[in-house]
Amino acid sequence: MAVLDVQGLQTHFFTHGGVVKAVDGVDLRVEAGEILGLVGESGSGKSITGFSVIGLIDPPGRIVGGHIRYLGEDLVGAPERRLRALRGKEIAMIFQDPMMTLNPVLRVDTQMVEAIHAHEKATAKAALARARDALAMVGIPSPGERLRAYPHQLSGGMRQRVAIAIALLNHPRLLIADEPTTALDVTIQAQILYEVQKLCRETGTAMVWITHDLAVVSGLADRIAVMYAGRIVESGPAAAVIGSPSHPYTRGLVDSIPTRATHGTLLRQIPGMTPSLLNLPPGCAFRPRCGRASDECLMVPQAAPGPAGKVVRCWNS
Amino acid sequence: MLEQLMTETAPVNATPSTAPPAATPLLQLRGVSKRFVQDIDLAARIANLLGAGHRASVVHAVADVDLEILPGEVIGVVGESGCGKSTLGRVIAGITPPTDGSVSFLGKPVAAMDAAERRAWGLGVQMIFQNPMASLNPRLRVLDIVGEAPVVHGLVKAAQKAAYVEALLHQVGLDPAYAQRYPHQFSGGQRQRIGIARALALKPRLIVCDEAVAALDVSIQAQVLNLFLSLRRELALTYLFISHNLGVVGHVSDRVVVMYLGRIVEVAPTAILFSAPRHPYTRALLSELPTLERTRRTYLPIQGELPSPLAPPPGCAFHPRCPQAMPRCKVEAPVLRSLRPGHASACHLDDPVTLPTT
Repeated sequence: MAVLDVQGLQTHFFTHGGVVKAVDGVDLRVEAGEILGLVGESGSGKSITGFSVIGLIDPPGRIVGGHIRYLGEDLVGAPERRLRALRGKEIAMIFQDPMMTLNPVLRVDTQMVEAIHAHEKATAKAALARARDALAMVGIPSPGERLRAYPHQLSGGMRQRVAIAIALLNHPRLLIADEPTTALDVTIQAQILYEVQKLCRETGTAMVWITHDLAVVSGLADRIAVMYAGRIVESGPAAAVIGSPSHPYTRGLVDSIPTRATHGTLLRQIPGMTPSLLNLPPGCAFRPRCGRASDECLMVPQAAPGPAGKVVRCWNS
Repeated sequence: MLEQLMTETAPVNATPSTAPPAATPLLQLRGVSKRFVQDIDLAARIANLLGAGHRASVVHAVADVDLEILPGEVIGVVGESGCGKSTLGRVIAGITPPTDGSVSFLGKPVAAMDAAERRAWGLGVQMIFQNPMASLNPRLRVLDIVGEAPVVHGLVKAAQKAAYVEALLHQVGLDPAYAQRYPHQFSGGQRQRIGIARALALKPRLIVCDEAVAALDVSIQAQVLNLFLSLRRELALTYLFISHNLGVVGHVSDRVVVMYLGRIVEVAPTAILFSAPRHPYTRALLSELPTLERTRRTYLPIQGELPSPLAPPPGCAFHPRCPQAMPRCKVEAPVLRSLRPGHASACHLDDPVTLPTT
C-alpha cells in the first residue's frame, strides 16, 4: 500500500478578488522509502499541495475536493484530533526557513523534548537522549552541546539540520520537505541532500521534496512530478521526466537551466510568464506560452499515460 | 604593497600603450581590501578600564584582491554567502570605498581623479541588485525610476525623458506603456527588467550584477539571462556577474573568480575552471553543483561550514575543510600564484616546492 495516495486534490482560496484555484486536481503517489520530487515555479501550487497533505490550510483556503489517503486512511474531512495525532508523529514537515519554524526564545533541547512529549510519555532523560541521537543522525557535530544552544547561535545550515532532526524525532513514515535547501549555500545544500538521501534509504521513510530547482531533484528523487498553475502536467520516473520531457512546459524548464554547456548561447526560454491563478486562461493553462498549442488546447487536457511510465497532461505530447 | 603600487601604476599612467595586456583594463583593482570594524561600546570601554580587554571586532570582507576587468568581457564571481563577493562588487561600483588598495578606471586610479573623471567612473559603472523590490523606490513611477538619473546628469533633456525611458523599456523587453506604473504592479522578472533599464539609462561601460537572477523562477531567469547576453552584444557591455550559482556563472562568464573568506582562491577562463580546476575549494564546489542528471547520484559533500569571518582560521582559510590539507596549510597563507596565462590559484599544492613530493 502506498504511504501517500492523493487523488483529485482541490484546494481553493475564497478571496475577495475571487476564487483562487491554487491546487486543482492533483494526483500523487509515494511508496515507502521513495523520494518524490514535486517541482514547480512560484505560484504553481506545489507548497499548497504539501500543506494540504499535512492539514495546514487556513481560511480563506479550503480543500474542496479529492482524497488524501495516508496508508489507506482518508485525511480529507478527518477530525482535527486525528490530524493532530498524525502531524509530527506519522507525517512530518520541513519548511524553507528554519529561523521562522524554530522558536527563537527556546533552547534546542526544550523544543525537541516538547515535540516528543506531544505524542508519547517519555522520561525527560530518555527524551533528551533521543533528541541527541536525532541531532547526530543529521550530521551535527557534538550534539550534546548543540542541544543547549538557542537557534540564533546556530548557522543557517545547522538550523535547518535541527529542523530536520525535529521532524525525524518521532520516526515519521512520511516526510514533506518544502524547499528545505533553497536558502542554503551549495556546500551546505549538498551536506543536507546527503543526509536526507541516506536517511530515506536506511529508514524507509517516504518523502515528498518540494522545490523549484529541477537540478536538485534530478539527482535525489526516484520520481518527479511537475506542477503548473495548480495541476500536475507531467509525472513519472526521474530519468524519463528529465531525460525526455513529454510536456512542453517540462521541456521548457529543462532548456531554461543555464549550465557550463550552454555557455555563449541564448537559452531556449519559455515566453511570457506564469498566469495569475485568479485569471487562468480557459483550457490548458500553459496554452498562451506554448509553442505546440492547437485548437484542442482550449479544452482542459486530461492526465493520460505517456511514454516510459509517465503520466502527461497535454493534447499534443 | 603601497610602494609596489606606486612603482607599478606610475609608468602605466605615463604611457598607457605599454601595458602588457593588449587592451587597457576597463577597471583594475590592486591590493583592494575592505574591513568592517565594529567599535566597542561604552560598557565594554568601561569594562576595559577595569582590565576586561575587549577589542573592536574586525571583519575582512575583502582581503588583498587584485583583478583586471578587460573591456567586453564577462567576469563571474562565485563563492558562498559571506565570502565577500557582494562587497567586492560594491567596491567596484564605487558604493563602498575600499579600506586599502586602489581602484583604477580606464587606467587612472580613483584617488588621482578630478571631479569630471570621478563622475565618468560613477556613471560608467552601474549596479543591478538581487532584490528589485528593495532596490526600486516603491513611491516612484517607472518613468522617474529609470529617467531621473540621466536627466540629473545631463544625458537627456527633461523634455525628452519620456521618449528616452520608452526606448529603454522597449530595449529590456517591457511594454513602454508601463512607464506610468509603480514597482508593486510588476512581477519579479519585470521588476528586474526595470532595474536593468535603470542601469542602462546612464550608458555604463561596466555593469555589476549582484545575484541579479537569484530570486527569479527558472523560466524567468532564462529570459533575463538571455536579455543580459543580447544587451551585451548590442551595447558592447562588460559585466561583473556575482552569483552563488555555478551553473549561471558558467553560462554567462568568460572568466571566473572563486572567492573564499574575502580572498580570491582561483581565477581561470571558464572552460579551464570547469574542466581543470586546481584549488580544492573550486573542485568541491564543482562536484556539489546540482546538475540535471538522468540517474540518482550520491552526494559526497565537503565537511564543515564556512568559518566566521570574524575569526578566520590561521594559514589557508580553507584548511579546516580541505581534504588535502598539509601541516604547512595551518601556518602559512598561500598566495595567488599564476599557473599559466590567465589561470591562477592560491594553494600550497601548486607550489613548485611542494609539487615534487606529491
